[in-house]
Amino acid sequence: MLDGRPIPFEDGQTIMDAALAAGTYIPHLCHHPGYRPQGSCKLCTVDIGGRRGAACTNRAFENAGVKSETEELNADRHSLVQMLFVEGNHFCPSCEKSGNCPLQAVAYHLGMRDPHFPHFFPAHDVDASHADVLLDRNRCILCELCVRASRDADGKDVFAIGGRGIRARLIINASSGRLADTALAVADHAVDVCPTGALLPKRRGFATPIGRRVFDLKPISMVTPGPETEHD
Amino acid sequence: MTTEFPVSVPLSAIIAAHGNDAANLLQMLHDVQDSCRGIPSHAIDELARLLGVPRTRVESVSTFYHFFRPGRRAAYEFLFSDNIVDRHLGKQEIKRYLCERLWVEPGKLSEDGLVFVDDTSDIGLGDQGPAALVNGFALPALEKSRVDLIVELVRGQRPLDQWPGMLFEVADNIRRADALLASPFTPGAALAASAAHGADALLSEIERSNLRGRGGAGYTTATKWASCRRARGGAHYVVCNADEGEPGTFKDRVLLASRADLVFEGMTLCARVIGAREGFLYLRGEYRHLLAPLAQVLERRRSQGLLGQRIFGIEGFDFDIHIHRGAGAYICGEESALIESLEGKPGKPRNRPPFPDTRGYRDQPTVVNNVETFACAALVASRGGKWFAELGTPQSAGTKLLSVSGDCKRPGIYEYPYGVSVRQVLADCGAIDPLAVQISGPSGTCVSWKEFDRRIAFEDLPTAGAFMVFSRHRDMFEVARNFTHFFANESCGFCTPCRVGTSLLRNTMDKLAAGKGSAYDMQEMRRIMHILRTMSHCGLGHTAANPVVQTMEQFPDAYERHLRVLDFEPAFDLDAALQAARLITGREDAWAHIQE
Repeated sequence: MLDGRPIPFEDGQTIMDAALAAGTYIPHLCHHPGYRPQGSCKLCTVDIGGRRGAACTNRAFENAGVKSETEELNADRHSLVQMLFVEGNHFCPSCEKSGNCPLQAVAYHLGMRDPHFPHFFPAHDVDASHADVLLDRNRCILCELCVRASRDADGKDVFAIGGRGIRARLIINASSGRLADTALAVADHAVDVCPTGALLPKRRGFATPIGRRVFDLKPISMVTPGPETEHD
Repeated sequence: MTTEFPVSVPLSAIIAAHGNDAANLLQMLHDVQDSCRGIPSHAIDELARLLGVPRTRVESVSTFYHFFRPGRRAAYEFLFSDNIVDRHLGKQEIKRYLCERLWVEPGKLSEDGLVFVDDTSDIGLGDQGPAALVNGFALPALEKSRVDLIVELVRGQRPLDQWPGMLFEVADNIRRADALLASPFTPGAALAASAAHGADALLSEIERSNLRGRGGAGYTTATKWASCRRARGGAHYVVCNADEGEPGTFKDRVLLASRADLVFEGMTLCARVIGAREGFLYLRGEYRHLLAPLAQVLERRRSQGLLGQRIFGIEGFDFDIHIHRGAGAYICGEESALIESLEGKPGKPRNRPPFPDTRGYRDQPTVVNNVETFACAALVASRGGKWFAELGTPQSAGTKLLSVSGDCKRPGIYEYPYGVSVRQVLADCGAIDPLAVQISGPSGTCVSWKEFDRRIAFEDLPTAGAFMVFSRHRDMFEVARNFTHFFANESCGFCTPCRVGTSLLRNTMDKLAAGKGSAYDMQEMRRIMHILRTMSHCGLGHTAANPVVQTMEQFPDAYERHLRVLDFEPAFDLDAALQAARLITGREDAWAHIQE
């Protein structure tokens, strides 16, 4: 049962998998169907019989009373998204991902109107060394989707997380630390799966105009999950 | 003095010494760092190549732990223990004195590459602070005359092994001994007592004792052992959690320094019960000074037939213990993060379930227990479960070691049967005009003078052992602020609420300390606390707000003193922000300032 509605599930399926398969949206950023669940963004936190847990890492079970669309949970998710915005440097109006960006779309879904918390304004590097892919760490939310995609889908192990705490950052598998010196290709799943504008294909600017992009047409809760967000 | 690295690092030898196994990456990085004063970038390349792992695997480890730092290190690296208790003992002053005498700035490598002075989280010497580490070795009880001596040694560039031994003498300070510390113990006695009866009888004895974990959570030891024993796996492992990182705790340091046989014997008994052949002592990096003595105890136990093949002549009872050095990360005290670290990875807590008793080290059934729990288990085996269960209270059997520090005349280790009142401990340690006691460290409970009749027991005040006393002239706001810095420094960064929330909380406390706080900020902190408690991945995040919540409730005056106005005060100072523009234009007139 999710929010009072019965949801079918298979043995071993997570609450997130079962919900998505049944067409029910639970806000999330670090989860993507097909990749090993991570449970770090905590947006998909739900109430499982009085205890809180991430929907993407907790298994569905018989007669589980799961609550997701509650005022309290959505308020807390709202705070989490605000935290993601203030710990990085996100300027939607100038970002090519705008409109195709799950981070932005989740923020809209949760009704975020301002960042609320004081900005950290961290100093981050932009890695423009690669011929076809831009890495802008200002927009990275440390969801590790590119880490998992590069390792498990692309078989390349290009990315990892280095450092600790608020100084954690995306690191690159090369002595130089630069993307140019890795095997990353623009068609890699790792590039496509990024839920923000941190990893972007170069030389593709506004092929689809603002206003006609994925989340301009439908809110994120209505976009069918599964295939990676389409790029133009 | 050169800041260049030696061209070649003996990497092949280091890797071979650690079994060519990437799970021993932390140990390899320690050796690299010890052999060439730092971790050169080319050594990371080579380690990755030789181990056949991505370079990022090595880099993620070398950048996660506080005691690994990229680049060339100073010949003498001083890290001061920055717990509030050390501060109350004059840590800031003695650090400034050392910096002044050596002409260095804190946090900056001296130009000749000789000295580096900085802070680190509590190093477990609260009973003899202020204290620091020099190249990883503990320097307790620092005062000016000792610093003068150290300065001469540094100037003369004397290697550490030529420094006078008295500088490194760490006292046990056992002030009150009870069942655990006062019982005479002969190595092998517990094994001998249980050898004849077999593993089942041993487990029943542990069950009869009602022994519960001493790390704070209080899980029943027999249940954990039995569950691990039942779990199927290719191998079973015993892990002793000696990552005693909770500020204000140091009882494991004393147990390992003076009762190591009890601890190792407890681990060996556990191995017998669960059928393990391999065990690990996860020794926190700060206890580097205990490494050699502990290795000697293990060697002796091997020669006594208490470790190794056919222990006590029992066929199939083969077990040995390895010491795994941590590298400065409080989060590794969390058992699943500790296991990640044992496997040579950054110490980030796993998703649970599964719990370690079924899937732990190398995904095999693993028992992780605190140092004191294993010592108690050995005591139970040698003196009987019934005897043990009669000590303490019905729900909290046995005794508890308390690490007492702060404003008292006799800081040190106090062992009491469970159920002792806070007031009793305060009287015994000679507390000076006590206002509050922080039980079980920053993640624990702040007990004010109104509640001194509360008792140390799982059913009232559970504790991992810290007992920090604060007298009436201490500012409890500053105590809480120190703790928020601790959590922000120690968050592993895995989950959003803790990574961002601990920093937001620290920044807000700093804003208050700078006199820019308002009632709005108090509300904001409550909001952040709620997110930390309810959304975080592990106990670090869940408890990170405790010190602020509890001191706000109990000592509102301490906060109100720091509030400038009661509604809103921006952290941003417009006039200060114009300073750069004033410097560029060379203006200092009244019109170049924003008037309030």
